[in-house]
Amino acid sequence: MFHFHAQNLFQLEEEEEEEEEDKFDIFVSVKDPEKIGETTLPMFRNKTFTVRRRFSDFLGLYEKLSEKHGPNGFIVPPPPEKSLLGMTKVKVGKEDSSSTDFVERRRGALERYLQRVVNHPSLLQDPDVREFLEREELPRAVSTQALSGAGFLKMINKATDAVSKMTIKMNESDVWFEEKLQEVESADQQFRKLHALVESLVVHRKELSLNTASFAKSAAMLGSAEDNTALSRALSQLAEVEDKMEQLHQEQAANDTFTFAEMIADYIRLLGAVRGSFDHRMKAWQRWQDAQSMLQKKRETEAKLLWANKPDKLQLAKEEIAEWEAKVTQYERDFERVSATVRKEVIRFEREKTKNCKRQIIKYLECLLQSQQQLIKYWEAFLPEAKAIA
Amino acid sequence: MLQVDISDALSERDKVKFTVHTKSTLPNFKQNEFSVVRQHEEFIWLHDSFVENEEYAGYIIPPAPPRPDFDASREKLQKLGEGEGSMTKEEFTKMKQELEAEYLAIFKKTVAMHEVFLCRVAAHPVLRKDLNFHVFLEYNQDLSVRGKNKKEKLEDFFKNVVKSADGVLVAGVKDVDDFFEHEKTFLLEYHNRVKDASAKSDRMIRSHKSKICFKFEPFFLKVSELFEKTRKIEARIAADEDLKLADLLKYYLRESQAAKDLLYRRSRALVDYENANKALDKARAKNRDVLQAETSQQLCCHKFEKISESAKQELIDFKTRRVAAFRKNLVELAELELKHAKGNLQLLQGCLGILKGNT
Repeated sequence: MFHFHAQNLFQLEEEEEEEEEDKFDIFVSVKDPEKIGETTLPMFRNKTFTVRRRFSDFLGLYEKLSEKHGPNGFIVPPPPEKSLLGMTKVKVGKEDSSSTDFVERRRGALERYLQRVVNHPSLLQDPDVREFLEREELPRAVSTQALSGAGFLKMINKATDAVSKMTIKMNESDVWFEEKLQEVESADQQFRKLHALVESLVVHRKELSLNTASFAKSAAMLGSAEDNTALSRALSQLAEVEDKMEQLHQEQAANDTFTFAEMIADYIRLLGAVRGSFDHRMKAWQRWQDAQSMLQKKRETEAKLLWANKPDKLQLAKEEIAEWEAKVTQYERDFERVSATVRKEVIRFEREKTKNCKRQIIKYLECLLQSQQQLIKYWEAFLPEAKAIA
Repeated sequence: MLQVDISDALSERDKVKFTVHTKSTLPNFKQNEFSVVRQHEEFIWLHDSFVENEEYAGYIIPPAPPRPDFDASREKLQKLGEGEGSMTKEEFTKMKQELEAEYLAIFKKTVAMHEVFLCRVAAHPVLRKDLNFHVFLEYNQDLSVRGKNKKEKLEDFFKNVVKSADGVLVAGVKDVDDFFEHEKTFLLEYHNRVKDASAKSDRMIRSHKSKICFKFEPFFLKVSELFEKTRKIEARIAADEDLKLADLLKYYLRESQAAKDLLYRRSRALVDYENANKALDKARAKNRDVLQAETSQQLCCHKFEKISESAKQELIDFKTRRVAAFRKNLVELAELELKHAKGNLQLLQGCLGILKGNT
C-alpha cells in the first residue's frame, strides 16, 4: 500500500523565457506504511523517500506509460493538463486567491494521479514508475509539448471520432463492449455538465460571501449609530453572525472546489482514458482485419500465378502466404488479449470509480453538514440577544 | 373605533386594484362597514395631501407605499415563454411555477405595504380624523387623481432642492440626524447587497440542481435528490431574509425619511421664528410696522411651539415603534434561519445515512 503526500513549494524562477514547461517544484513524499504481518514491497530500496519532480516529469511519465501499455488495452491514468493561464498567473506572482487555488488544485490532481498509477497492479511493476518515484534526478522529458490541455483533449477526441467511425464497420460479436462504450460516453457528458454547474456554484458562493461581508460591515455601522442600547448590541451581534457566515461561505466554496469539482474533473479525464483503451482495442481489431484482407490478396495472387504457371514467383507467393497466415493468427490472438484486458480494466475502473466517488461525496456532504451545525450554533447564540431588545 | 384593511387585490396588465375595507363606529361615516376599490395613485394622492397640509407639519407622515413593480417578474415570465421550446416539459413547468411563486410573493408584499400605510394613518390620533382620509375610505367612485403632471413634478423637485439646501443651514437634532444618515447609507448599501445576495443565492441554488441520473452511480440520484430539497430550503431562506430583514430596513428607511422631514419642518419653523424676531427688533428700532411684526412673530412662535411639542412625542413614538419592529423581525429572522438550518441538517444526515449504509 502506498500513501502520497504532496506538499507545495512553488518558486518563481526567472529563466522562463525559453521554457514552455512550468517550473513547478513539488515535493512528493511517499510513505510506505508497514502492514502488520506483511513485508513491504521488495522492489523499493527504502521504505520512505522523497524526490523532487517537475510538472513536466509527470507528463513525461504518462507519455511513457501510455505508449507502452495503452496499446495493450490498459487504462493509463492521465495527469492534469498544462494550463498556460494558470501558470502564467502564478509566475507573474499574482497573490490572489485564484492562483493559490490553482496551485492547490494542481497539487491535488498530481497526487491523485500518482496514487492511481501505483494502485494499478500492472503499472506498479513498470520500471519507469519505479524510476519516477526513486531516482534522484530525472532527465528532462522532451516531447511533452503535445500534452497541453487543448492538445490532450484534441488527441482524445480524435481517437474517439475514429472509434465511432469504425464501430459501424466492426462486427461487434461482443455486445458488452458496445454497451459499455455508450455508457462511458453518456457518463462523460453528464460529468462535464455537472462540473460546469459546480464551478458556477463556487463562483456564486464566493459572491455570496463577499456580499455577506459588506452586509456585516453595514450592520455594524448601523449598530453603532443606534441609540437604543439593546438594539445596538443586537445589531452588532447580527453583524458578527454575518461575519462568521461569510467565513463559512468561503470554506464551503473551498469544499465545493477541492472535494467535489476536482473529483469530477479527474473522472472526466479518466473517462477519456477509458475511451482511449476502447480505441486501442479497435486498432487491434483493424490490424487483424487488415492482415486478413492482405492474406486474401496474397492467396489470390498465388491462384493467379498457378494459372500463369510461373514457378519461381509462385514460391515467393507461398512464402508470403505463410507469413501472413502467421500474422493473422498473431493479430487475432492480440485482439482477443487486448479485448480481455480492456474488459478487465473497465470492470476495475467502474469498481474503483464507485468506491472513490462515494467516498468523496460522503466527505463533501459531511463538510456541508458541519457547516450547517456551525450555522445553527451562531444563530442560537444570536437569538437571545434579539429577544433581549426592549 | 376605526379598522382598515385590504381585503382583496387584483393584478391587471399594468395596474393593481386594491379593495380597501373599513369597519368603523365613527359617526362621520354613513355605514358601519364598507369597501371601495383604490389604485396606487390614489394612495399617493392621500399621502401628498397630508404632507402639504400645514396642520400636520408637526407629525411624522406615514411614508407612502412604493409603487407596485412587477416589471422584472413579468419580463422573466415573458422570457420563459419565449424559451419554452428550448427546454423539457419538466424544466418549463418547474421554472414557471417558481416564477409564478415569485410574482405572487411580490404581489403579496405590495398589498401588505399599502395596507400598512392605511393602518398607520388609522392609528394616528390626528390623521385618522382627516377629511381626505375619510373620502378615500368611503367615496365609492374613482377619485380621479391623475398622477402629477410634468409641471407639478418639477415643482416637487425644486421643493426638494430647496429642502436640501435649507437642510445644510439648519442643523437639526444632531444625534437623530446621525442615526438617519447612517441608516440611509446602510440601507442603500444593504438593500443592494441583500437583493444581490438573495438573487445570487437563488441562482446558486438553481445551479445546485443536477438532474443527473447515472447508470454508473445510482447513489448520485440520492445526492441530486438531496440537492433539490436543500435548494428549496435555501430559496426559502432567501425569501425569509428578504422579508424579515430587507423589507424591515426598507420600511424604516422610508419612515426615517418621514421623521427627517418632520425635523426639517421644525427647523424651518425655527428659522422663520428667529427671522420674525429679528424683523420685530428692527421694526421696534425704526418704530415702523411694529404691530404687523408683532403679529407675525407671534404666529411664528406659535407655529414653532406647536410643531416642537407634537414632534417630540412623534419621535419618541417612532423610536418605540422602530425598536419593537426590529425586535420582532430579528427574532423571527433568527428563528427562521434556525428552522431552515435544522431542516438542511436533517436532509444531509438522512442522505449520509443512506450513502454510508449502502455498500
